[in-house]
Amino acid sequence: MADDPLSTTFAALADPTRRAILARLAEGAATVKELAEPFAMSGPAVSKHLKVLERAGLVTRGRDAQWRPRALDATPLREVAEWTDGFRRFWDDSHRRLDAYLERMKEQEDDH
Amino acid sequence: MTTDTASAWSTPTDVEVAVTRTFAAPQRLVFEAFTKPEHIVHWMLGPDGWTMPVCEVDLRPGGTWHMVWRRADGTEMSMTGEYLSVTPHSETVQTEAWGEDWPETVNTTRFVADGEQTTVVQTMKYPTREARDRALQTGMKDGANTSYDRLAEYLTAQV
Repeated sequence: MADDPLSTTFAALADPTRRAILARLAEGAATVKELAEPFAMSGPAVSKHLKVLERAGLVTRGRDAQWRPRALDATPLREVAEWTDGFRRFWDDSHRRLDAYLERMKEQEDDH
Repeated sequence: MTTDTASAWSTPTDVEVAVTRTFAAPQRLVFEAFTKPEHIVHWMLGPDGWTMPVCEVDLRPGGTWHMVWRRADGTEMSMTGEYLSVTPHSETVQTEAWGEDWPETVNTTRFVADGEQTTVVQTMKYPTREARDRALQTGMKDGANTSYDRLAEYLTAQV
């Protein structure tokens, strides 16, 4: 797997259960048990998803030794948003740049 | 000369998104600008601040392409794909993927000659309507500052 931060974030987001976990954590911190409840999933299965989210820096563990509540860290999402928001902007800006570049191409052809 | 320089976005089918743009240059030139690395690296860069340190294009059916974009802070994005068909100066069909677990699109680019102008129609086909709508939801609206909020909304809507 590619190990640049954006790829790690996307891989973590590419699963509906993990997105649902993030959505739940967007409302506030929760324990593994609380997170497992809506999914009809075992604690270990949820823990596995949480590990992926933690590796991506999207979820942090609280200090409470007994409950270790998980919380959302949205920082990596900003980078994702910056990139995905660029989808339309990417082509609009590129096309605008191409207008100018095609003028250069035409001039170069005329010189030959 | 007056040219309408706005890119027109549309959704031709449930799984597609298309952008149409007319350029003031002949078809062959525009086709080369889209398909030759020596040209691509100068313009296919998106917003200011990105460069393309890697651009490999094997322009033939079955040939692969690979592009890497880099920002000054070191952030990189890469895309890879394969050409499914190539009709010189008028059409290319290629797959495009930007990472594991992310839906691969099939992109058709048509170059329609109109005298000294060329209209380019880029159609991106997603595997599912959901995948397309996700791309549209985050990417088709303007405003980088609000996209973070939209992503949060999107995450909440998944519950």
